[in-house]
Amino acid sequence: MAACSVEALLAKAEQEEAEKLKSISVQKELDLEFDIGNLLACDKNRIDLREFREQKKEDFLRSLARDNTQLLINEIWKQPTERVQEAIVVKLPDPATPLPREKPPPKAKPPTKWEQFAKLKGIQKKKKTNLVWDETRVAKNEYNRLKNIARAQKGKVPVMGLATSTQQSKEELSLAVSVAKTSTASAGRFQDRLPKEKAPKNMGKKRKFEPLIGDFSNERHKQLELLKLMDGKKPKLDITKAVNKQMREEDREEAAAKYKKRAGKKGRKGGNMSGKGKGKGGKGGKGKGGKAGGGGGGGGGKRRGKPGKH
Amino acid sequence: EGQISSVKPKTKRSKRFLESRAPKLIEDVKTAMIMKGGNTSQTVTQALKDIVSSNITRPFEDSTSLEFFSKKTDSSLFLFGSHNKKRDHMPNDVCVTVSFVLFAGRLFDFHVLDMIELGIEKYVSLSDVKASKCPEGTKPMLVFAGEAFDTDNEHKRLKSLLLDFFRGPTVSAVRLAGLEHVLHFTALDGKIYMRSYRSLLKKSGCRTPRIELEEIGPSCDLVLRRTHLASDDLYKLAHRQPKALKAKKKKNISHDAFGTKFGRVHMQKQDLSKLRTRKMKGLRKRKGNVVAEEQDGQAPKVAKEAEHTE
Repeated sequence: MAACSVEALLAKAEQEEAEKLKSISVQKELDLEFDIGNLLACDKNRIDLREFREQKKEDFLRSLARDNTQLLINEIWKQPTERVQEAIVVKLPDPATPLPREKPPPKAKPPTKWEQFAKLKGIQKKKKTNLVWDETRVAKNEYNRLKNIARAQKGKVPVMGLATSTQQSKEELSLAVSVAKTSTASAGRFQDRLPKEKAPKNMGKKRKFEPLIGDFSNERHKQLELLKLMDGKKPKLDITKAVNKQMREEDREEAAAKYKKRAGKKGRKGGNMSGKGKGKGGKGGKGKGGKAGGGGGGGGGKRRGKPGKH
Repeated sequence: EGQISSVKPKTKRSKRFLESRAPKLIEDVKTAMIMKGGNTSQTVTQALKDIVSSNITRPFEDSTSLEFFSKKTDSSLFLFGSHNKKRDHMPNDVCVTVSFVLFAGRLFDFHVLDMIELGIEKYVSLSDVKASKCPEGTKPMLVFAGEAFDTDNEHKRLKSLLLDFFRGPTVSAVRLAGLEHVLHFTALDGKIYMRSYRSLLKKSGCRTPRIELEEIGPSCDLVLRRTHLASDDLYKLAHRQPKALKAKKKKNISHDAFGTKFGRVHMQKQDLSKLRTRKMKGLRKRKGNVVAEEQDGQAPKVAKEAEHTE
């Protein structure tokens, strides 16, 4: 009894399978030859001329094509598949049918002089990557980015207040004009002045040196003055002035550090600031250009106000 | 041959251009030139454009040197169409027969390799068939049916030529949903029937879909006429592949008929006198214990058991 039902079950399962496969199975005398790499199928079976002539030509051809395409698709579906960006893709093998080339294969070129030399010396070709990860540069970029953000948020520009949109005073405007004038390739030397424009007062901090051999009396006078100063009891350094200056500098540095800390918490600490070599120039610039209140600029780094024309 | 030495590139751009035309290890997909003869009409031009829609370069007005144009356009396949009007003077009537003729061929190293003349007996253009077309650039499935493609030399060459024309670029994988274009060639009754279908993938109950076809056109009935085929030597030469492309065989690995992979391991010469064939644990010198040498197989077993109990 049990055996009978098992057999029946198996037979039923087989029948179901056959039913399923019926829709895709095709009977052919000779199997087709496939070249999946080219999506090609070759049917060598003899075609019955009588059948072809009896039926409607197009229907006959279409049914033949359908059968052959079914067999080709069955073969293609046997290939491994994978999922690539929301589409299922079947991997094709290399094309199997040999086809003539367009041009003859390239001839091996004799090695060039360098190639010969390199081979002799055992030099290997090293591929240089264009971009190299640079920590300091990254830090600097980050710092500048934050400065930009701060500038955008606060509405105040650390340099000279030139970019303010609020009403500017006469002095600020004239300052802006002078800055604009000097920001040319020749540093404003050939810029024409407007008809009623007055010549700028502080024309820069260019030091003027006396010629080596010139006015002897002037030179003598200067030397004697210097000796007097050195002899005199009054100290050259004005202590109060110096102390005040030092205090101001310290306050400024503190504020900068605090700001930097806040900015640095988000991104990197502006590690580059001390690194930049313009230490001397920076300090000098700061001492001279009082207005160069670089908000975030601590020590060196890029100084906007060049110690030139201001 | 002439191309390499005659023109020396003066700019990087021209150098790149020449390199793209020079013989390559792995060649690009072949492009086809489509040319019209003196009497071609609109229909023939349309027919030509329909058949090879994706890789055409330019139709030329007059039949100048084929090889010259191949060099200019860097195309190695060509299709030349024309129609001839023939007047047959019958006893009572003047009969005009118009025959469309197609020359299909390919070049190797800018010289004609194969050229086949095909008469177009019936032609149905793309526009004549009302059906939604397949997107351009779809790699078509190709089927060749009929004994002639396997037995007759000329048909075999035609099959290879048609494969070259229609197969498109070689790809490593294809979207399953993108297998929608089928080109079916049937060699029967002295004619070659070309039909173009759109394949629909239907549910079949199993993983592989059932195919239904819808004719999309164009379709033509061709007759093989004159052929100008390359000699066997030239044909062989055109198939020569550069050594670099040959699949490298891994040494010491072989496969047998069942697909089992065999490896071969090379050993150094062994001193057979010092070879140990059996483990004689019992013979090992233990502290304070000297066991007599045993020759029969029982001893090791006993020793093992003794080991276990310890």
